[in-house]
Amino acid sequence: MLSFNLLVGVALSYVAVLFAVAFWAERRAANGRDGWLRSPLVYTLSLSVYCTGWTFYGAVGYAARSGLEYLVIYLGPTLVLVGWWALLRKLVRVGRTQRITSIADLISSRFGKSNTLGVIVTVITVVATTPYIALQLQSVTLSVSVFAEQGWGEADLHATAFWVAVGLALFTILFGTRNLDVNERHHGVVMAIALEAVVKLFALLAVGIFVVWQVADGPADVLARIDASPQAEWQIGPGRWAGLIFLSAAAVLCLPRMFHVMVVENSDERHLATASWAFPLYLGAMSLFVLPIAVIGLDVMPEGSNPDLFVLTLPLQLGADGLAFLSFLGGLSSATSMVIVASIALSIMVSNHIVMPIWLSSTGDRASMSGDVRRTVILSRRIAIAVVLSLGWLYFQLSGATEALASIGLISFAGSAQILPPLLAGLFWRGATRIGAGAGLVIGFAIWIYTLFLPGSGLGLPESVMTDGPMGIGWLRPQALFGIEGMDPVLHTVLWSMILNALAVFIGSVLSFPSPLERLQGAQVVDVFAHSASPKGWGQGTAEAEDLLVMAQRILGSTQAHHLFEGQAKLQGTAGYLPEVTPDFLDRLERELAGSVGAATAHAMIGQIQGGTSVSVEDLIAVADETAQMMEYSSRLEAKSAELTLTAQQLQEANEKLTALSIQKDGFLSQISHELRTPMTSIRAFSELLRDGDVPADERARFAGIIQDEAVRLTRLLDDLLDLSVLENGQVTLNVADGPLVDLIDRAVAATERQTIGLRIIRDRDAEASLLLETDLDRLSQVFINLISNAAKYCDAESPELRIEVRGRTIDIVDNGSGIPKASRRVIFEKFSRLSDHSAAGGAGLGLAICREIMEKLGGSIDYLPGRDGAAFRVVLPDARALAAE
Amino acid sequence: MSQRPSIFLARDTYRRRRLRDVARVLPIVGAVLLMVPLTWSGGSGASVQLNSNAALYVFGAWLALIVAAACLSGPLSRPEPDEGGEGRD
Repeated sequence: MLSFNLLVGVALSYVAVLFAVAFWAERRAANGRDGWLRSPLVYTLSLSVYCTGWTFYGAVGYAARSGLEYLVIYLGPTLVLVGWWALLRKLVRVGRTQRITSIADLISSRFGKSNTLGVIVTVITVVATTPYIALQLQSVTLSVSVFAEQGWGEADLHATAFWVAVGLALFTILFGTRNLDVNERHHGVVMAIALEAVVKLFALLAVGIFVVWQVADGPADVLARIDASPQAEWQIGPGRWAGLIFLSAAAVLCLPRMFHVMVVENSDERHLATASWAFPLYLGAMSLFVLPIAVIGLDVMPEGSNPDLFVLTLPLQLGADGLAFLSFLGGLSSATSMVIVASIALSIMVSNHIVMPIWLSSTGDRASMSGDVRRTVILSRRIAIAVVLSLGWLYFQLSGATEALASIGLISFAGSAQILPPLLAGLFWRGATRIGAGAGLVIGFAIWIYTLFLPGSGLGLPESVMTDGPMGIGWLRPQALFGIEGMDPVLHTVLWSMILNALAVFIGSVLSFPSPLERLQGAQVVDVFAHSASPKGWGQGTAEAEDLLVMAQRILGSTQAHHLFEGQAKLQGTAGYLPEVTPDFLDRLERELAGSVGAATAHAMIGQIQGGTSVSVEDLIAVADETAQMMEYSSRLEAKSAELTLTAQQLQEANEKLTALSIQKDGFLSQISHELRTPMTSIRAFSELLRDGDVPADERARFAGIIQDEAVRLTRLLDDLLDLSVLENGQVTLNVADGPLVDLIDRAVAATERQTIGLRIIRDRDAEASLLLETDLDRLSQVFINLISNAAKYCDAESPELRIEVRGRTIDIVDNGSGIPKASRRVIFEKFSRLSDHSAAGGAGLGLAICREIMEKLGGSIDYLPGRDGAAFRVVLPDARALAAE
Repeated sequence: MSQRPSIFLARDTYRRRRLRDVARVLPIVGAVLLMVPLTWSGGSGASVQLNSNAALYVFGAWLALIVAAACLSGPLSRPEPDEGGEGRD
């Protein structure tokens, strides 16, 4: 017979082994040798926290009562895991990129880091999980009581539950809050869970094999016995079958402990691929022998024995004490692993979403700078673990270990499932907003509380409410909402809460506007595979790197914080230990901190130091329009390149002009030497003749005349050149005087009298007289002299005439010759440009060039006037004022 | 060496995409398989299923799903050369 001491001894040594394994795993991980600890196998086994004491013991009882219906609990998770590619992969990727610490953190982070949502989810999960923890305590105490009935009298169930709770709290605090890991990974805990998974599977398989091959005669006999048992026929209602599969599928996603091992503790996305078949296989193995054990238990066990404990009582009944022990350890493993992980997950939520925000706001601005945040977080987690476990124990005490606990498993599932609509909407629909998610959660939670939790948990609603509805409103009866009666209570709640929850999420989202941060986070989460970068939450702010380091040290620990800052500094190429406080750096820091204290708290803490906690529209635009920025940059480049092209073109033009000027200068030099040489040659020739004597007197006079003429011509040429160079160099001094135009033209006509014989000059003396000038009259008359003598020289009409027309300050001088050919009009104002042959002209070709220079100096202009019969020049006289201003 | 090059370009990528399609469809197939028991109306007398047969069916479907998932998991978890190709298919 098993003694109490032996039982306690075995249990304690098992717990000691768990401690040792956890400790060993922590040590290995601390030394960086965590490769093996993070294998797909360990990941898959850790998922087995899904199988709690309720499923270990309860499944057999379930099968004894309702046949194969117990399978729904395993089939839902199987579908979810098999479909990992579509859903779980995204969930895990989001969890990793956003540094999600819990399911409350995910909801909060997705909907704009809203702490309100975090609080709502935390409350839902705490309320839904506490009875579940009580259920685990009950399963352990019940199993102990089974042994107690074997001989050592009435066991103190409450004391057992109490000490189990204390032991679990101790273990969880030791290994669940040892360090504040940035990734929220607990190697020791996960390793212990994996070991427990092996133990419970092994125990159940051992009992199953014992039953099938020892008690019965193999599978065929078992099948025959099933057909002969009270559970021979399929009696599950279609609604219940489908509804419960859905519920368990929702639970595997939303239960805080499942989310923790599946998403938070996940270290490699590829582990999911292994788990996708290995975990369903594990579940299949766990459920394979359940029905045989139930059927044979009903056969073998005495009438009225509790089918929930067949796994334990059947071996005892048949004298297999060792197997019973193993089975006890399996049950203990199932219960403890669930409680440990659930309380860790809950403590993270409670501390990140309830304690830390309160603490932060109560300590005000100094929060992130003074006091050790790290210790506060860990302390709050430890207290949260203790509180959660004592709540579970308290619930167990209050409900008095009644039958009511048995159904709490599904009730708890239904509570957690309220997170599903916001979760899925958040993952796949960018339009889902905080308002919608909050509305869905609150409505679903309220329906669950009212229709299932209160009526089913043993806390109870008044009988009148159950039968007649609150205040006699019939259609609000908790188990017949809207007057639809006769539904299975769990199904009733799942149906209505899911419909109304999803509807609220949808309608709330459609009707509300998300904040900028929500939209950012929405895009980040929904399109997580498109861009795994983080949102740019922080603009350039006032935070000093040193302040941030001080704060980071308090959360991450000194070594890790220094490592992070140094790494960032190196990345930025800054010397020293402190990086520049760039928005990128702030984002990264926030995510690192979020791994320890949750997204909302990390956001708030950085916000306290950094100044602005809100995302400005500019930031948003900056993020959304990165492409626009690129385009702007490239267009700027384009503009610059166009500018350069223009400059190059201008340079080229300047170069061409310079080259042309150089050519022109060369031309000018050769022209001038030619012009000077011609008269010089004749002067030399004739002067030589004169020197040699032997020249008749009349010839001598003629020669002297020629020499004289040529000398005059040379002088005139030199005068002109001098004139031109003086004008061109701008060193001219103007003798401004008053006088009417008519006098000026009179003088010009008089000066050219000798050349203009035969040229009829037509003038309008009245108009000329009325135009009073205030300018350098001598220079201006030089222009007219040039123009008149040009006309006299070049006008090729039979009876040449020159018309001088005065209109305002414009004077047109037009002859009746053939004019100047179009092609030559451009060059007539250039130096030495003569159009006809030299001899006829008898000038150096500087006249018009001088005219133009003079007019420019006087502030007027002279141009060739096209469109007239002959050669026409237009002289525009300057304003009197314009000249005065010069 | 005499093997002719395939006309079909990016054969591997294409295969990978279709494999993802299979992975997406698999849970739906599973759900349909598991909904078959809905027709075994509970106790209404239309068609009564023995639990032994039902167990064989459910466990058989379960095993099929597990095998299918196991076959997919290897190729799917291989590092993707074109991570950016997500969603283009």
